[in-house]
Amino acid sequence: MRAALVTAIGAEHVHTSSIDTALYARDASVIDAGFTSIVCFPATTAEVQACVRAAVAHGLPFVARGSGTGLAGGAVPCGGAVVITTTRMDTIHEVDLASGVAWVGPGVLNLDVSRHLAPYGVHFAPDPSSQQSCSIGGNVANNSGGPHCLAYGVTSAHIVALEVVLPDGEVTMLGGLDPEPAGFDLRGAFVGSEGTMGIATKVAVRLTPNPPTIRTMLIDFESVAEAGATVSGIIAAGVVPAAIEMMDALTTRAVEDFVHAGYPTDAAAILLVEVDGLPGGVEQDLETVTSVARANSARTVRIAADETERAALWKGRKSAFGAIARIKPNYYLHDTVIPRTRLVEVLEQVYAIAKKYDLLVMNVFHAGDGNLHPLLVYDARVPGTTERVYAAGKEIVEASLAVGGVLSGEHGIGLEKQAFMHLQFSDDDLEHQAKLRRAFDPMGLANPGKVLPSGSSCGDVFSMSPEQQQAMRDGGAWL
Amino acid sequence: MIEQSLQDFVDEVGISDPVCVIGGRTQWSVGGLPAPSARAVHAPTGVVDYRPAEMTVRLGAGTTMSELDAALAAKGQTTVLEGAPDATIGGVLAVGHSGLRRLRVGPVRDALLQVRYVSSEGRLITAGGPTVKNVTGYDLCRLMVGSLGTLGCFAEVILRTRPRPVAAQWWAAGGDPFTVTAPLYRPSAVLWDGETTWVHLEGHVADVTAQGEIVARAGGAPCAGPPALPPVRSSVAPSELAAIVRSGAAGHCVVEVGVGVVHGQRAVPRPATPAAVVELHRRLRHEFDPHQRLNPGRDALRSLEVA
Repeated sequence: MRAALVTAIGAEHVHTSSIDTALYARDASVIDAGFTSIVCFPATTAEVQACVRAAVAHGLPFVARGSGTGLAGGAVPCGGAVVITTTRMDTIHEVDLASGVAWVGPGVLNLDVSRHLAPYGVHFAPDPSSQQSCSIGGNVANNSGGPHCLAYGVTSAHIVALEVVLPDGEVTMLGGLDPEPAGFDLRGAFVGSEGTMGIATKVAVRLTPNPPTIRTMLIDFESVAEAGATVSGIIAAGVVPAAIEMMDALTTRAVEDFVHAGYPTDAAAILLVEVDGLPGGVEQDLETVTSVARANSARTVRIAADETERAALWKGRKSAFGAIARIKPNYYLHDTVIPRTRLVEVLEQVYAIAKKYDLLVMNVFHAGDGNLHPLLVYDARVPGTTERVYAAGKEIVEASLAVGGVLSGEHGIGLEKQAFMHLQFSDDDLEHQAKLRRAFDPMGLANPGKVLPSGSSCGDVFSMSPEQQQAMRDGGAWL
Repeated sequence: MIEQSLQDFVDEVGISDPVCVIGGRTQWSVGGLPAPSARAVHAPTGVVDYRPAEMTVRLGAGTTMSELDAALAAKGQTTVLEGAPDATIGGVLAVGHSGLRRLRVGPVRDALLQVRYVSSEGRLITAGGPTVKNVTGYDLCRLMVGSLGTLGCFAEVILRTRPRPVAAQWWAAGGDPFTVTAPLYRPSAVLWDGETTWVHLEGHVADVTAQGEIVARAGGAPCAGPPALPPVRSSVAPSELAAIVRSGAAGHCVVEVGVGVVHGQRAVPRPATPAAVVELHRRLRHEFDPHQRLNPGRDALRSLEVA
């Protein structure tokens, strides 16, 4: 196996040392159950194809990996899968303004795409908080979100075409630069399939024009309920801002201590609201948001005066995870989405559940689309704590689904949420999802053990080794 | 607990013989006519649960465009779906063609949040979910849009709604669309027939006025609506449009600039579908409908062809 890979991509790009295999056996999730004996770093489509063919020829599964920032265990190798890392495929091949796309390699980092596009007055809209580190290939695999997906849509809305290596080693194009390619939307099926339908080797991302006017507001409240009601009120008033982010008191204080974003540390909750577009609509939306906030007893509505202030406000939001790591050594979070009109009651339940299990919960999330990120922060070294955390997490999921919510808004299912899939889908529903997967991967070798609940598990996905706990303390992640 | 109308549809589709779903028959021959042996079935109708504050609407797939429009207009909302007043929502989704405003509001496939469909084996399957953001499991919703009912018979859907624009105006201007629209920010449609450029602006009153003035400076004038669209639809990369208009490859045509849809007198030939994609179609149809009983005669690979 190793010999075949060395022949295909060169010895220096095939890693088998115990350090490498241990490092690439995990991602940014709490899951410590993966195992691999070989990690390869192909640089071209042909090399990815050779890696896939070598794995398949040896009857071995394979898993694609981008930057490893995933929070659900999607890149964790199961069944001794060969890890195929796309970090060397980091070329921006072409900016095609006439067709409104850029062709990029899967290893290009999310933020680098928009940086590269800046001179053209366009950008790549999905902006996960990990955007400095996460790759486009990972965004495609997880159908990633981010604050600005409220108005602009998640990754799938911004991927026009994909060159992929299918699980049998064939290379093909899914989707196309034309708007209505023949046949089923295989592009749409592939995006968000978490590496179980093949490996994207070249991605056509949609170019979004930069808005001529952007206004960013910081609104603070004396209660979480008032902030939640404001979010529901803004949407109900027919305004879809570019972003509505919410942070509760604990998070706000932690972030302010960490990056000094200018957040009020005595607020019970803050909202970061951004509106963009042409000036008339922006002013109108600004007025509507302000009046809804005032009607819900907002203390202050501050509009960023300039780009520096706006950048500081966003830096606070995007540094939230790093800040939280300073409170407790471990975190565990869910990513459920609930109807936006039910924010207040579900947040109350989240706090009650945390209290019941004697845990600290910090909320920082994409409030505008109802995408919760309740972080249970804890110290896994204290015996019995981890069990309480998972029990509380399960109750939070159940509370979200009970009001008509869904399991995941942007992080994906991976290994972490498989066990919850039955809460949202019937056996028949899951069998239909399995049909789609089988059509792409009849042999079941592309990232096995993920997304759909299956008999073959990766072991106890929630076991936590001391090394993994240390990695969590040192590394942090994003949401 | 399944509502009675859904259960009736499940029973109507049954488990064995070939069926074809009849909607408004407004795009009946797209992708092939149903086999004569197929038994006609009708999806449930009516808006079931409209939540304007959530910007979602749940409705039977047999509901007509006009009925949905009326319900949403009452709350100042709309969807990205476009179609004849008698077209059914299920039909518009099954065909999957996007409307003229795609440039700004996006394609039809991004509007479908949840679909419940009756499977080949006669089961009611739920794909997607009711929330506006959702990556739970595989994206069967997008697979279903444009599938011409060959993977399942749509029974009920949840769609994303949008605020209805306060102001909207069509403009027409001589000259090429690239010059006319370059200074504009996200017009909702730009059409071109080689001589005239039509622009649709929507949004806040002041913005629509200001953007309209830009078109006026380029020699444009307000007009009542888009031009009549020639009958044959083709799909090309937006970068190819100028050459198609100039060469007359589609006959007299109106093209959607920035999108790539060509409305012409004849089809622009497509490149051959890759063999691997054809094979994926074969496997998908085998998985979802092994006995070929769902809308037989129709083929999503021919979704731009009219029988």
